[in-house]
Amino acid sequence: MAYPYADPRETRLLSKHFGEKDAIGIDGWIERGGYRALKKALGSMSPDEVTGVVKESGLRGRGGAGFPAGLKWSFMPKDDRPRYLVCNADESEPGTFKDREIMRWTPHQLLEGCIIAGYAIQAEHCYVYIRGEFVDIVRILNGAVGEAYERGYLGRDILGSGFDLELTVHLGAGAYIAGEETGLLNSLEGRRAEPRIKPPFPAQRGAFNMPTTVNNVETLASVAHIVMNGADWYRQWGTEKSPGTKLFSCCGHLQRPGNYEVSLDFNLRDLVYELCGGPPEGRALLAVIPGGSSVPIMKADEIDCDVSYEGIEAAGSMLGSGGLIAMDESTCMVRAVRKMVEFYAHESCGQCTNCREGTAWLAKILQRIERGAGREEDIPLLLDISANMAGRTICPLSDSAAVPVVSSIQKFEHEYLAHIRDGTCTAVR
Amino acid sequence: MSDALHPAVAGAQPSQRAEKNPEAPLFEGDYRDRFERVLSRYPNKQAALLPVLNMAQEIRGWLSPQTIARVAELLELTPAYVRSVASFYTMFSTRPVGKHVIQVCTGIGCDLCGAQAVVDKLLEATGTRIGEVSKDGKYTVVEVECLGACGFPTVVQVNDRVFENVKAEDVEGLLAELD
Ligand SMILES: Cc1cc2nc3c(=O)[nH]c(=O)nc-3n(C[C@H](O)[C@H](O)[C@H](O)COP(=O)(O)O)c2cc1C
Ligand code: SF4
Repeated sequence: MAYPYADPRETRLLSKHFGEKDAIGIDGWIERGGYRALKKALGSMSPDEVTGVVKESGLRGRGGAGFPAGLKWSFMPKDDRPRYLVCNADESEPGTFKDREIMRWTPHQLLEGCIIAGYAIQAEHCYVYIRGEFVDIVRILNGAVGEAYERGYLGRDILGSGFDLELTVHLGAGAYIAGEETGLLNSLEGRRAEPRIKPPFPAQRGAFNMPTTVNNVETLASVAHIVMNGADWYRQWGTEKSPGTKLFSCCGHLQRPGNYEVSLDFNLRDLVYELCGGPPEGRALLAVIPGGSSVPIMKADEIDCDVSYEGIEAAGSMLGSGGLIAMDESTCMVRAVRKMVEFYAHESCGQCTNCREGTAWLAKILQRIERGAGREEDIPLLLDISANMAGRTICPLSDSAAVPVVSSIQKFEHEYLAHIRDGTCTAVR
Repeated sequence: MSDALHPAVAGAQPSQRAEKNPEAPLFEGDYRDRFERVLSRYPNKQAALLPVLNMAQEIRGWLSPQTIARVAELLELTPAYVRSVASFYTMFSTRPVGKHVIQVCTGIGCDLCGAQAVVDKLLEATGTRIGEVSKDGKYTVVEVECLGACGFPTVVQVNDRVFENVKAEDVEGLLAELD
């Protein structure tokens, strides 16, 4: 079975074995070259050398913020306190479903990355924090962890190198904010997943107050490839500032939704129209959100850019998590934004007034506009509330909630006005 | 069960909610063993709270005040603290639920592709309103935020099973499959 929609224009590094049932188990994975990078790292490289090659590769964090992975590792203090690696597998940014596929088809790809990263930062324990709703994925991951222990890739004296690493799978219990790294750490410690004020950053005081590195699943899964093949090899893809490949989870109004892995200099328009087949027959594309619901909405005619971090930014949005949401002309933009804002209102942890109150008010106002009961002053009011939500809170969830509101008003104000003035909707049904 | 369960994953067993006994003893036998294995993975007892609540919910179906008090005692926390944590997370039920908890994703990806029609159909077919237990005790339908499978809309999760690409017309068949 070919993975739902493999396309020759993809660069399938992480997703090469998606869809192959035999790649899930450890024997199948080893046959496909698995755990060779681990042997290389533990057998012939110092922890600093591993960090060094990841730094040179320019690999950026795939959880949303794009922070350079090797640099993050190098912030870990080298004292004798216990150190932790935490893999962020909480994937819950609306529109994003890539980490799920990495774990579903290639759980050992992730584990190998975790072990190598654990070695680089000299962690004693790696916690994989996976969202509790991923029931079927959790079972696959658990099976892989058992296999890795059995073969001596985890536990004491891994491959005779003297390096010890324990790994524990930790289930989330339904909270988007647990994906924010310090919310995650609180959740891991048995608390409400409320984000912490930074600094201190996790590298100074993370899990259980000890130095901790938090990385996304896709980031860690990329590590083994880089260690095996080198930084220059990885840099053959992408751009100077955005090296490598990236998985895009594409959903919404598309002929072929799913995950596509492309070089980071791939064209966004081609991703939408060529790989995903564009919107359904007979419908025109209205808008694209390229990186999960927390990034600005792009109009259909703004997407002729490359998908690098800087390419999408220049075009007015952000790469974010790579969760691409396509909307065709049948979309009511007010409703779509209302749905996204309600999500943030539901998921706000409530610590910061601007976020807790702001998200609730935005949702309320959007609901009344959608119903046809809005007022013209509601538009400046939405913008005013949004302005008060950005840059003033403990974590960026508050900023994220304002993003779809502001960008949709900038680009689709006429849709709001149609609801407000005429009680109509511009969606083509 | 627990012989095969490596301590690394002992706390990460997706909880199966069907056929639970709200009076069942907590953490005895195999579960005691699993409980100990979970504790062994963290530097303190509090960190085991989420996995232990998950296990308690698997045994008893929901987290009653009695269940919460027992978990608190075992982990040397206060019941009020445990309740405040449990209530933060949507997967923990602090009220009784139907045998089949039907979670429909109404996140943006599924919403664009007709999730509302699936919810409406499920409510009609089970004769419930959102969050209610059906008269026969079998169903509770809830709307949930993005389940992280947006390419396969609409996503419906029932206890520990996931159904993808569900359309309104699939609802009858889906319910039939649950029994
Ligand atoms: C509200 C919020 C939700 C987040 N959710 C996730 C998530 O589900 N998965 C993830 O990997 N990162 C998420 N992040 C980003 C993490 O805080 C963190 O930056 C990331 O895990 C670091 O890993 P990386 O450097 O490898 O990307 C979220 C951030 C915020 C502010
Ligand atoms: S911004 Fe919102 S989600 Fe983030 S800490 Fe403040 S209240 Fe919580």
